[in-house]
Amino acid sequence: MQGILLPITTIWWREIIRFYRQRSRLFSAIAQPLVFWILIGSGLSASFQPSGAVDGPSYIEYFYPGIVVLVLLFTSIFATISVVNDRREGFLQGVLVAPVPRWQIVFAQALGGTTLALLQGLLLLLFTPMIGIRFGVTSFLLSLGVMALLAFGLTNLGLLIAWRMDSTQGFHAIMNLLLIPIWLLSGAFFPSTGVPGWLAWTMKFNPLTYGLAAFRHSLYLDTTAKAFGEGTPWTLSLLITGLFCILTYVGATLTASAQRN
Amino acid sequence: MVVETDVLHSINTESRKPKVSESRIEVENLSYAYQQRQALDNISFDVSCGEIFGLLGPNGSGKTTLFKILSTLMPATTGTVRILGHDLATEVKAIRNLLGVVFQHPGLDTKLTVVENLKHHGHLYRLTGKTLRYRTAELLERFGVSDRAKERVEILSGGLQRRVEIAKALLHSPRVLLLDEPTSGLDVTARRQLNDYLRTTAQAENILVLLTTHLLDDAEACNRIGILDVGQLVALGQPDELKNQVGGDVILIEGVDNETLGTTIAERFGVSTVFADNRLRVECKHGHEFVRDVVAAFPDEIQSVRLGKPTLEDVFVKLTGNPFVQ
Repeated sequence: MQGILLPITTIWWREIIRFYRQRSRLFSAIAQPLVFWILIGSGLSASFQPSGAVDGPSYIEYFYPGIVVLVLLFTSIFATISVVNDRREGFLQGVLVAPVPRWQIVFAQALGGTTLALLQGLLLLLFTPMIGIRFGVTSFLLSLGVMALLAFGLTNLGLLIAWRMDSTQGFHAIMNLLLIPIWLLSGAFFPSTGVPGWLAWTMKFNPLTYGLAAFRHSLYLDTTAKAFGEGTPWTLSLLITGLFCILTYVGATLTASAQRN
Repeated sequence: MVVETDVLHSINTESRKPKVSESRIEVENLSYAYQQRQALDNISFDVSCGEIFGLLGPNGSGKTTLFKILSTLMPATTGTVRILGHDLATEVKAIRNLLGVVFQHPGLDTKLTVVENLKHHGHLYRLTGKTLRYRTAELLERFGVSDRAKERVEILSGGLQRRVEIAKALLHSPRVLLLDEPTSGLDVTARRQLNDYLRTTAQAENILVLLTTHLLDDAEACNRIGILDVGQLVALGQPDELKNQVGGDVILIEGVDNETLGTTIAERFGVSTVFADNRLRVECKHGHEFVRDVVAAFPDEIQSVRLGKPTLEDVFVKLTGNPFVQ
């Protein structure tokens, strides 16, 4: 067992130390979503009511879970971009020729990304009282769990892309054409109720839609989530998010195993 | 697909070759092609433990491809490689345990300290506790970086970083050390030091050291070398042995019109002239007499003459007919 745990822990821990020593990464992953949230949230609050939210909840509150997910997405993107370089010039080169199976390497990397994303997500949870969300212990723990699942899935999605790439140049295109749209169409920005049919269907097939739904459910644990237009049941959203984690992890491992360098 | 099962390992253990193969790298008829381009063409050579073997070749000669294959990062297209008795095609895991690899690009985490880099690397090979600490201290001492152990790698000089990298690669006591252009980017002093460290290490640990280089000085420092040119192994042997193959002395002549001069000299003296690197190259015994005669014969056509003992560069030029571009 130690034979498996030791390489995983060491790769994971290296990610944490690196992050701690490059604190500008913390700033870049949190600041941008925070600015988005405050500017867009406040701006739209004045003129829009989320469809389905009949009374009360403001847009800034609606937008909040989406921003947490955006922070998770950004952190996992940053964590995976570093993999591309690290594999060509850096510590990972040595890991690749060490007797450590690829599934362990990918798992450790995903765990590293998840931890970092979770830490930053936690920082954002500090803002909940400001918008009137109050949670109990159960809700807090559930939210953490869902955030961890989401972060794990998103990091693996990033790894799946990163392990195929030779340089970071192409990553920006993928980020803008794939990752950001996935986020935009997850119900983070607007609910699926009332949108044109084709868009509603796209959102239905977006795995992140279910992740976001699970997160809203865990934040409120009552019917408020429904008030935000979340039609997806709690269990189904959790199930699909779990499935998303497994599939992206398996995908990332297969990609990493196919690439020998 | 990398096969890493113990089953394969045990099958191969049963059919192992005699003992001698267990202390050697054996490369037989190895080829590698990138789509249309043949990067390695039917290469065969052996290297033994305790030996420093250098693969010398200009850029694009296939060194790095060969290095990647040996370090288990790429499968060969055809041919076999056995490393200390293990087949590279089927026993990747067993081989990885035996290899220490130093890449051409820096392989240290610059945000981590020297000791942290070694610690994480040790963990990948399941080294822990006292064993890890003892081995780390021993290697840092040997490579003269003990006093910098707690510093972050990013503030060390290029030469020191390289030494830390080699110490890192040796941490798990590999039996084979592979280095890709270990001296690239280092100044002359740091290069010499590094070559000295490699020599003492090869002896102290009785390991097989295989390095690639495009620098003639580095190749001179090896026990044996193989010279690669566009994917083919054109020479194999000890540096001195190879240099002796070049007949006697080497004379480099720069003339006003090299082409005409070359033909005239060849006709008049019955020697073969090779035009490379803007100079005429002549090999002959008793070079001093040839120089005297040739200068007397063409006082106006010759601008400069250099007489010397053959170098590995001369070996390369003789064998390939091309200049060795470093």
